[in-house]
Amino acid sequence: MTAVGGVTQPRGATRWLLRANTWLVYGFFYAPIVLLVVFSFSGNRNVGVWGGFTLDWYRDFASDGNVQGALRNSIQIAVASTVVSVVLGTAAALALERFTFRGRQVFDALLYLPIIIPDVTMAVMMLLFFAQAAELLGFSKGFGTITLSHIAFNISFVSVVVRARLAGMDDRLEEAARDLYATRWQAFRHVTLPLIMPGVAGGALLAFTLSLDDVVITQFVTGPGWTTLPVYVFGLIRKGVTPLINAVSVVMLLASMALVALSLATQRVRGGQDAIDARVGPDQGLP
Amino acid sequence: MTAAVEITGVSKRFGDVVAVDDIDLRIDDGEFFALLGPSGCGKTTTLRMIAGLDFPTTGSLKIFGHEVGTLPPNKRPVNTVFQNYALFPHMNVLDNVAFGLRMQGTDKATARSAATAAIGLVRLDGMERRRPAQLSGGQQQRVALARALVNEPKVLLLDEPLGALDLKLRQEMQGELKSLQRELGVSFVFVTHDQEEALTMSDRIAVMDEGRLLQIGTPEEIYERPVNRFVADFIGQTNLLEGTVEDGATVCLVNGARVAARSDLTAGTRIALSIRPERATIHHRDHGTGPDAGSAVDGEVVAVTYLGNALVHRVKLDWMEIEVREANDPDRPRFAVGDPVTVAWDPSAAALVADR
Amino acid sequence: MTGTLPPVDVAPPEVEEDAAPATPEFEAASLRQERRRGLLMALPAYGYLVLFFALPLLIVVVYSFATRNRFGGTDLSGWNIDSYRRLGEPLVRDILFRSVALAVITTVICLVVAYPFAYYMATRSEAVRNLMLVFVMIPFWTNFLVRNFAWRVILGTDGPLSQVTEAVGIGETRLLFTQTAVVLGLVYGFLPFMVLPLYADIERIDGRLLEASRDLYATGAQSFRHVLLPLSMPGVIAGSILVFIPSLGAYVTPEILGGAKTTLLGGYIVTQFLTARNWPFGASLSFVLMAVMLTATIVYFRKGGRTL
Ligand SMILES: Nc1ncnc2c1ncn2[C@@H]1O[C@H](COP(=O)(O)OP(=O)(O)OP(=O)(O)O)[C@@H](O)[C@H]1O
Ligand SMILES: [Mg+2]
Repeated sequence: MTAVGGVTQPRGATRWLLRANTWLVYGFFYAPIVLLVVFSFSGNRNVGVWGGFTLDWYRDFASDGNVQGALRNSIQIAVASTVVSVVLGTAAALALERFTFRGRQVFDALLYLPIIIPDVTMAVMMLLFFAQAAELLGFSKGFGTITLSHIAFNISFVSVVVRARLAGMDDRLEEAARDLYATRWQAFRHVTLPLIMPGVAGGALLAFTLSLDDVVITQFVTGPGWTTLPVYVFGLIRKGVTPLINAVSVVMLLASMALVALSLATQRVRGGQDAIDARVGPDQGLP
Repeated sequence: MTAAVEITGVSKRFGDVVAVDDIDLRIDDGEFFALLGPSGCGKTTTLRMIAGLDFPTTGSLKIFGHEVGTLPPNKRPVNTVFQNYALFPHMNVLDNVAFGLRMQGTDKATARSAATAAIGLVRLDGMERRRPAQLSGGQQQRVALARALVNEPKVLLLDEPLGALDLKLRQEMQGELKSLQRELGVSFVFVTHDQEEALTMSDRIAVMDEGRLLQIGTPEEIYERPVNRFVADFIGQTNLLEGTVEDGATVCLVNGARVAARSDLTAGTRIALSIRPERATIHHRDHGTGPDAGSAVDGEVVAVTYLGNALVHRVKLDWMEIEVREANDPDRPRFAVGDPVTVAWDPSAAALVADR
Repeated sequence: MTGTLPPVDVAPPEVEEDAAPATPEFEAASLRQERRRGLLMALPAYGYLVLFFALPLLIVVVYSFATRNRFGGTDLSGWNIDSYRRLGEPLVRDILFRSVALAVITTVICLVVAYPFAYYMATRSEAVRNLMLVFVMIPFWTNFLVRNFAWRVILGTDGPLSQVTEAVGIGETRLLFTQTAVVLGLVYGFLPFMVLPLYADIERIDGRLLEASRDLYATGAQSFRHVLLPLSMPGVIAGSILVFIPSLGAYVTPEILGGAKTTLLGGYIVTQFLTARNWPFGASLSFVLMAVMLTATIVYFRKGGRTL
């Protein structure tokens, strides 16, 4: 909101309530996370009860073959689905923001659906779809079915992020490049692409995170040998909580945090680069 | 001599909108040519068609005799200074300016040294490493100019290049642009909706409205002999007195008054008499020293505006109001609201314009 | 700004080859080509979504009209609407009702908490605002399962919350496996979805409008009621949809924090597929869920909503 003078600032009790509410929300957001981390170092078998400092659960985590295998599966699927969805999602974003074509509106709507559809519904869709497809083609569920499903929702998220970036970019820059003797490809390569790169990177990180996070859809389309980490942990939780889950959760938490940090960094690259450039000299901007 | 730009029968339609309607235009080599008209009249569209950013619906577009109407922008020897500059935000000034040469295949070192020279030409030495965001509006404008000129285009297209600058900078840049154009001898096609800017800078002006070209001529021709009401009204200020041609020397105004006006139009043609406020004079009616009744009308002063160096009088005639502007001369009589006056003009200063 | 450019080792640009004058046919062809380019670029994603999203959606609809056979399989013949009839059964009605009720409660709580929060955030200085935003984004990006699990730890019988309440003297809390726990988990999970659109909308509002309303004799409350709230309405609706839809279809949260007596729609659907093996019925439930979601979003966009 644009800067406002004192008159419209709430006063007295309202102001106090606003501030208290803000702190409470942050407390609500972070207290569980902090407690989770704390108890992952607790020596008590009963999660949530302090029993002296220990690293046992992390040792268990490192030596548990199931967990390690699930982690490996998760990462493989996340990488594969991210790569594909970044390419398809970016192309879709470019098509929607820079071109008109027949079926554009239908495509636009179709692209929105995976974002707002509840997980469970999408899980059911993929289950029935692959059941039918398997009947016709005869394949078994696993890496392929999970990755294909993840791509189906990730394309949408990538395209939303990239589109936001494209919408904020002056489309006359591309025309300027064309006017300055660039071919279509050169204009894309040297002007459009570098400018939407933070969006592409942000979209990639979001896709990677969503793929690593997904439980419901994956659970419906997974097959033997392809349990992912969240699916495995979810299974464990349903059987009964153990401190090992605590440790695994903290590791997953750290991964999430690292991804947030990365995504924040990519959004800042631009500004940082400007600063470096002004001091150090010409950069690779010139093709 | 072949024209720098020759446009013949060019139209552009966007769906149902006719943005440019069958225009013919010839721009000479080395000419400073302005496209002038109100918002939405098709100036930008015309410029974009010359640049190749839009293709005409029909018509021929030649640059130095070569037909280019259907060539993509990268194959045309023209460059554009965009309305809001469109500088590449991820490149520094040097790389922005070198971009065009690089795209044409010039090696990096040559492109950069040429760019450095062009940056010097627009007096931005030392700014090579800045990003566009670190420059003022005026500086960005110069970068945009250097970025286009470094390619040595055959024609430079400028779309309201000064529109975003404040008044003082704008006037300064007008002078600089003009002298730069004279030095380089390249034709500039300059789009503006500011008539004063067009008048002061251009060798010739094309006035457009609703996609049509109304008149092409030197600033003087356009100002002194506008072809129709629209041009007369759009360029400078004017009073338009409607009437019909009576014979080759007389026009009958709507109130029945007969005034002198030479024309070769047939009797009965509806026209308007365009009289610039500064070309009319104002006189007290009762002084008896009234001017020749053949080029004067009677009225009453309804407002006097003091402008310092001039005085503007609004005079109410029987059927309309007109303005008379006089230099602020202490020897001239003063007028007050309510004074009965006569407004007169030199018949040669009144232009007959088509009434539409 | 005078002088000439020094000669460069490159020839100035030339027209390599004369082109043909423009014709309506050429213009139309170039327009068509441009469209084809756009379509070509969209095509991979378009095709992918048609095959792996639209088609599966269609299959769900088809299945919802199919019949479950005696072996737990599905006969894709003998179309009927039995699955939809079952929606009226008391058990199913209870589940539907409970799911909607919990989703509504969750949405309302989120709105009540998030609005003042977003307002406070939007009225800070830019640096503070961005920092606050980052600290909202972190939980938003954090693994959903982990965040639910954290509450399992906190709410456990001997967990931290219970210990605190016992120490204070109000006795141990027994929240885990109750509907309250589920709502808590849902609010925790989806609060950022409410905060972000609200913040985006309130942040955009010109603060001078509030000043103007005060200048025109509005009290603080009136200025909120008649200026701030209407202007931020799109954010309120967008946020509500973004919280309501996933809450209605929630599966993970009730599974971790809820009990046997708190089955919700999401869990019930999963049961139809993984345990009860009644796919047609599960498909019809999914379809109902999807219909609710579609209606909500279409109404939102019709009412002038921009993005979700
Ligand atoms: N891409 C387009 N699609 C549809 N209509 C267009 C397009 N470009 C221009 N027009 C229409 O063509 C007409 C002329 O537009 P143009 O931009 O050439 O005007 P202009 O003289 O440059 O105006 P301004 O002074 O406002 O820049 C306008 O009515 C405009 O709405
Ligand atoms: Mg324009």
